[in-house]
Amino acid sequence: MLELERVNSFYGKAHILQDLSFSVGRGEVVALLGRNGAGKSTTMKSIIQLVRPKSGKVRFQGTEVTGQAAYRVARAGIGYVPEDRRIFTALTVLENLEVGRQPAREGAPHWSVEQLFEIFPNLHERRNQLGKAMSGGEQQMLTIARTLMGNPSLLLLDEPSEGIAPVIVEEMARAILRLKAQGLTVMISEQNLHFARVVADRAIIIESGEKKFDGTFAELEAHPEIRDAYLAV
Amino acid sequence: MGFFFAQLLTGLSNAAGLFLVASGLSLIFGVTRIVNFAHGSFYMLGAYFGVTLMGILPDYLGSHVGFWGSIVLTGVIVGLVGALVEIVVLRPIYRAPELFQLVATFGVILMIQDLALMSWGAEDIMGARAPGLRGVFRIFGEPIPKYDIVLICITPFILIALWWLIAKTRLGILVRAATQDREMVGALGVNQRWLFTGVFALGSALAGWGGALQLPKGGADLLMDMNIIGPLFVVVVIGGMGSLPGAFIASVIISVLNVFGVTYMPQSTLVLMFVVMAIVLIFRPYGLLGKEEVAGEHGQVGAPEAPIRPFGRTGRLAVTGLLAVLALLPLVSDPFLLVLMTDIIIFALFAASLHFILGAGGLTSFGHAAFYGGGAYVAALLVTYAKAPMEIAFIAAPIGAGMLALVVGWFCIRLSGVYLAMLTLAFSQLVWSLAFQWRSVTRGDDGLINIWPSDWLSGQVPYYYFTLVIGAAGILFLRHVIHAPFGYALRAARDSARQAEATGINVKRVQYLAFALAGALAGLAGGLFVFAKGSVFPTELEIGKSFDALIVVFLGGIKTLSGGVVGAAFMATVEDWLTRMEYWRLMLGMLIIAVVILAPEGIVGSARRLGERLGLIKRAEAEE
Ligand SMILES: Nc1ncnc2c1ncn2[C@@H]1O[C@H](COP(=O)(O)OP(=O)(O)O)[C@@H](O)[C@H]1O
Ligand SMILES: [Mg+2]
Repeated sequence: MLELERVNSFYGKAHILQDLSFSVGRGEVVALLGRNGAGKSTTMKSIIQLVRPKSGKVRFQGTEVTGQAAYRVARAGIGYVPEDRRIFTALTVLENLEVGRQPAREGAPHWSVEQLFEIFPNLHERRNQLGKAMSGGEQQMLTIARTLMGNPSLLLLDEPSEGIAPVIVEEMARAILRLKAQGLTVMISEQNLHFARVVADRAIIIESGEKKFDGTFAELEAHPEIRDAYLAV
Repeated sequence: MGFFFAQLLTGLSNAAGLFLVASGLSLIFGVTRIVNFAHGSFYMLGAYFGVTLMGILPDYLGSHVGFWGSIVLTGVIVGLVGALVEIVVLRPIYRAPELFQLVATFGVILMIQDLALMSWGAEDIMGARAPGLRGVFRIFGEPIPKYDIVLICITPFILIALWWLIAKTRLGILVRAATQDREMVGALGVNQRWLFTGVFALGSALAGWGGALQLPKGGADLLMDMNIIGPLFVVVVIGGMGSLPGAFIASVIISVLNVFGVTYMPQSTLVLMFVVMAIVLIFRPYGLLGKEEVAGEHGQVGAPEAPIRPFGRTGRLAVTGLLAVLALLPLVSDPFLLVLMTDIIIFALFAASLHFILGAGGLTSFGHAAFYGGGAYVAALLVTYAKAPMEIAFIAAPIGAGMLALVVGWFCIRLSGVYLAMLTLAFSQLVWSLAFQWRSVTRGDDGLINIWPSDWLSGQVPYYYFTLVIGAAGILFLRHVIHAPFGYALRAARDSARQAEATGINVKRVQYLAFALAGALAGLAGGLFVFAKGSVFPTELEIGKSFDALIVVFLGGIKTLSGGVVGAAFMATVEDWLTRMEYWRLMLGMLIIAVVILAPEGIVGSARRLGERLGLIKRAEAEE
């Protein structure tokens, strides 16, 4: 479904992603792990093309998307949920969802506002409130729901559990598992294992923009030294 | 009572057109963050297209459908012109600093001026009357044109329609979302390029409708574009940038005020408008309904700026060489060239003072001519009324301009970015309107004449040397200040206000002083000017004058002080050459737009880059 082939990304002269290659299969939930500053967000931005890789290829469902405008990549079926949430604070919850609305896409689950409210009941209660009036957890729910309004077939979630109360993290884990059950492919970035282990099938670990590990959680468990070297505990 | 009421209604009907145009400007700013100075040009185009269509359509569609159809169609056509401008000129520069965008839209103004001149000629054109609405209603015994009443009735519907569009439609939701975070809107699958084009087209269409709707009360002429900029910006500043209801309230205030002003204080209508603006801004710096601007929203292009360095040996040699050539010039040159060179030096000083506040200070002033013309007027007034000797009057020019800058700066420095730009522009209009309307003192557009230098400076050659010495001293002084601790503080404040504050710099105070200093040096240039020409007219205070200086600074390159000097020389030469052609504005406009898009570092910046590439100059980074 998604393939990265020797991707190199830069901020100005700073070389961030170094020959990064991996792939994600249809229906998989993959965790992208690494410490703060490892390059997780840059990887996600390089997929949606908010950061343009200098070299290498990003392929999505067989077609190359490298160098395309972000809105085209989004329309091709990649939904991106940024780590800093970036909800539209001056818009209501319903209006935020409206911004994300895209036509239904073949081979991807289709979401209506009602269905999303069922998954994220808090949003329903607050549907006419402004984005800025919401708590951090609610804002995180809203960004996910907003992206789902685009009916993506691949969802990129950048550190969704960061700065959120444990109760809400649990709720979110349930939501993600539901998305998975609907057939959505998900890539989720995290700094630690706790949350990732609950929802993901496979882990990719990066450090300084280089891939250090790619395998199942069982394999990772068998190599605690990898975890200790590259992940926060 | 009846008369009072009639006046009120006239004011309200004038507000209709102003509101349409202002709401378009506000809408465009809200989404694109571009202050479109060419908005007045779209208003003018609306009037011209409207007149033309009203001459054609009624023959085919009947008078009523023809008239109103012409107005609707005019908006559509002007909207398409706006879309074209957006696609060709603005798309490449959305992430550029404000100055680039201003200069580009100014290029558009110049082009549209000449295109309108080509298409419709220089004569003013009378507007057609609205069919069926020729007569008057009598209200409390006073005659009120029927068309005025119709306009008053239409306006609330326009406001509601616009509000509905923004608040309730998907387009409006996307527009508001893009106002906050364009990139995220794109990442959600919205093609924001077309969103921007659409908003720009709609805003332009509103200006076009404004121009067409005022036709039965006026007509179409080539001054409409500049004449509306003052009121337009005042309305947007008072109402709050990006706020439609704000634009509506402010349009009503300004229009009603104007009508009463014409009756009770015919000499001060223009001044009154700016006084109201100043009062509003004292209490609400972001306008009645405006929101405080979040700093740092605006993207900047390009690599971080190479620091302005003290002269190297090559630089010192070049400057000395240039001064030597200039000093020897009178020995070889004809009088005509000497006059041109005097003009260039004066202009270079003016541009350098703007460059100081803009480049080193990061404060985009769009009204710098207020201090240039202000200095000239101070000197001229002293000579005319106090019979002051030239030397005293000349020294008073920078002092007076500096004091004016202290007053204007007190209002403006509190703001930043486009708000600062708009406010400086509005204040310069205030100064201009004083010179223009306070006839008993300034003689209005007859100007102040017979302002000649003392005997020891009279004659072309002595005055040329005087200009050269003062001009060079002024420019080198600015350069010196940039490298003095004060200059470092100023640049630190520009690069990061918060960090500068943290290191103990009083940011606003430093900027305030820099603003005053820039004003004083512009006044010095104005003083040189008035004694070179022997007269001064309100044109020296016009928006166009401020824009000239901005373009010069821009053309030369914002990042180096020599940019202002090179730009002034280039501009004067090119203008001298271009103005011999019939449609020089068109050429100059295209040239400006081409430079903005193709060589955004200006002449000096591009030359330096070329030099670096060829290995002639050391790379700037290497010296950091
Ligand atoms: N906009 C930016 N400009 C320059 N450097 C950046 C920018 N964003 C991130 N970086 C740098 O890139 C590296 C990777 O950052 P990021 O992808 O955000 O890591 P993560 O998401 O894993 O915490 C870090 O060293 C960070 O400092
Ligand atoms: Mg991150």
